[in-house]
Amino acid sequence: MNDPCNSSPPVGRRNFFKSLLATVIGGVLGIVPILAGLEVFLDPLRRKAGAGSAVHIAALEGLPDDGVPRKFAVLANRVDAWNKFTQIPVGAVYLRRTGDQVQALNAVCPHAGCNVDFLQQRNAYLCPCHNSTFTVAGRIGDPSSPAARGLDSLDVEIRGNEVWVKFQNFEAGRREKIPVA
Amino acid sequence: MIKRFIDWADQRTGCRRIVHEALYENVPGGARWRYVWGSTLTFALAVQFITGIFLWMAYSPSSQTAWESVYYIQDEMRGGWLLRGLHHYMAQAMTILLVLHLMQVVIDGAYKAPREVNFWFGLILLQLVLGLSLTGYLLPWDQKGFWATKVATNLVAIVPLIGPQLQKVIIGGPEYGHHTLTRFFALHAGVLPASITALLVGHIYLFRRHGITAKLPKRRPDAMFWPDQVLKDAVACLAVMAAVLLLIVKPYLFGHHDQLGTDLGAPADASESYSAARPEWYFLFLFQFLKFFPGGTEIWGAIIIPSLVMLVIFVMPLLGRWRLGHRFNIGLLFCLLAGAGLLTYLAKAEDRHNENYVAAVKEAEHDAERVRVLAKSPAGIPSSGAVTMLRNDPLTQGPKLFAQKCASCHRYDGHDGTGRIPKNPQSASDLKDFATREWLTGLLDPEKIATTNYFGATTHREGKMAKFLKKDVASYTPEQKEKLKAAVIALSAEAQLKSQLAADQHGSALIEQGRAAIQNDLRCTDCHQFGKKDEDATAPDLIGYGSRRWLISFINNSAHEEFYGKNNDRMPAFGANQILTEQQINLIADWLRGSWYEPSTQMTKGAED
Repeated sequence: MNDPCNSSPPVGRRNFFKSLLATVIGGVLGIVPILAGLEVFLDPLRRKAGAGSAVHIAALEGLPDDGVPRKFAVLANRVDAWNKFTQIPVGAVYLRRTGDQVQALNAVCPHAGCNVDFLQQRNAYLCPCHNSTFTVAGRIGDPSSPAARGLDSLDVEIRGNEVWVKFQNFEAGRREKIPVA
Repeated sequence: MIKRFIDWADQRTGCRRIVHEALYENVPGGARWRYVWGSTLTFALAVQFITGIFLWMAYSPSSQTAWESVYYIQDEMRGGWLLRGLHHYMAQAMTILLVLHLMQVVIDGAYKAPREVNFWFGLILLQLVLGLSLTGYLLPWDQKGFWATKVATNLVAIVPLIGPQLQKVIIGGPEYGHHTLTRFFALHAGVLPASITALLVGHIYLFRRHGITAKLPKRRPDAMFWPDQVLKDAVACLAVMAAVLLLIVKPYLFGHHDQLGTDLGAPADASESYSAARPEWYFLFLFQFLKFFPGGTEIWGAIIIPSLVMLVIFVMPLLGRWRLGHRFNIGLLFCLLAGAGLLTYLAKAEDRHNENYVAAVKEAEHDAERVRVLAKSPAGIPSSGAVTMLRNDPLTQGPKLFAQKCASCHRYDGHDGTGRIPKNPQSASDLKDFATREWLTGLLDPEKIATTNYFGATTHREGKMAKFLKKDVASYTPEQKEKLKAAVIALSAEAQLKSQLAADQHGSALIEQGRAAIQNDLRCTDCHQFGKKDEDATAPDLIGYGSRRWLISFINNSAHEEFYGKNNDRMPAFGANQILTEQQINLIADWLRGSWYEPSTQMTKGAED
């Protein structure tokens, strides 16, 4: 027994079956709590993001017709695990009115998801995280910007004097605009 | 390939040697079932660590989110009931295994020199595991855990000198709240498991150092730990797991498909007394023990005697050196177990015969079921916590308030709303189905108005209404009786009861006839006002009779001239005299009118999908 690495364990058919049985039982026992835990852990995969629905953002009359973007909070109902919230801020959009046309851009940078700022003196959007720049229309400004696509435009609907936007978030870091599901 | 990898790893870590040492421990006298308890405990602890860490990922310790997150794990997350069930029942199994392990060690004399230190390690581990039970019981933040743990932490205050300060430190302030949960959770998921792991490593090291204490006489030649003893250990662990799984699916076997896993009480509410509060079953003996100590002497029952008993158990290895001492140890252990068993039995028996306790348990089950229905309602759980849903729920609060404030005179289907029969004799009407067609048909029946369920025990028994019924209505012609029936339907429609909504919509023609009968043919408006204001009315207003507004005003002050005026018989002005708050009156009114949230059948189906 001086060198346990070389001492051989008892062998035999009986011992082999015992070893096999002990291993199988041990494996089954170990797997029960792990599987139960994993099922709960992976529960988020079953949860879907709400499909983008039209949200009332602002009054058309209150939106100056000067082509300068203005930031608005988006209020919507949100389910957060066990809580259901009604009309809480879920994001932000920039609205830009030129004539009767209103353009809506999601304020989230498509690179890594920070919120962009509109800088009036440069007439451009700047992401404070990795310095992506976007033109006032939302297209990529500086070609060396790390963002793979321009700011995400959102569908706008004018209902009388009200500006409604179909609010949606899109997956960050991709060239294509894919809604978060 | 595998061999080469193992060789590579072995050269760097010496893993072969470790595995070899772990598996090829000598078992003197061969494998035996009586050696399995330590392994089953280690297994149970491993299950607790695994399930606990996964539960941790969904648990949120604060007084507005603890119950809510546990509810979410249990009812909304897939497999949550199983995960929680495993953690809950394995904890119970551990307590039993601890006792079995301790008994085996003492009976076999495995605590004797040189194994004293390991015995002490084991005793400390036992206390730490009990600490896990105690802290874990509070974490779901339900009524049961909240009130039972409160008793335990209140006992801390009687510790000499530092009691009150110690209590404050443990519960994170003068009252139970967020910090009670954060502290208990840190103890439960951090401090205690870490201490247990450290001690367990020491415990197993010392065990291996001294080897198994063989049960003499040896029946068989010595053998290796692997595979004989390992197989026995594995089978024992399998039995433990099977028992735990059986407990988890037990409700399913008895047809309660929605209650798999372990139960979750109603959310903790410091304002809602809970007479069903009991510690977990394995602490019941201590709970019962405390009953024998009159005020001022609790310290003996809660601290001094249990500490002395623990002390004696600690010195068991020293006593065990003598043959007589060893026998004393075994005898003492059996006496302690028998005593704990007897106390547990007494506690259970006392509760079984305690009507108050039985009713409280039933009420608690009802609340627990109800809060889950409300949590699944479209409104969901408010951010102020699930407890506010119950506080604002007529179906939950109505019966309790009725029992406290109304049932000394009134009845609800013969009882006090909660199912108990009040001591005072009934001296006012039975309000079950108040203002429904059925109830009003009884009220306007000359035979029934003088019964206790209506005016029988009040001064109105001799009033104008009773006289009118007995003199006039009793001799109505069949045609007049039809009009009275229509009048009942019209009057009941004033209440706009949820239960009669469909019937009222369909019977609008009949309701019109009834309204005409009340106003013209039946002489109701001689005393009451109906349809239009009447300054000369002397009896309760029939405009909107039984409606929410009407009932709230009535409970607020029934002696108001809109109702009985000076003819009011004993009914207090609950609102005007501030006996009940506005919200409480609303809850009673809504409950009596049967308006509370019910999931529609379609909704329930959707939830199941």
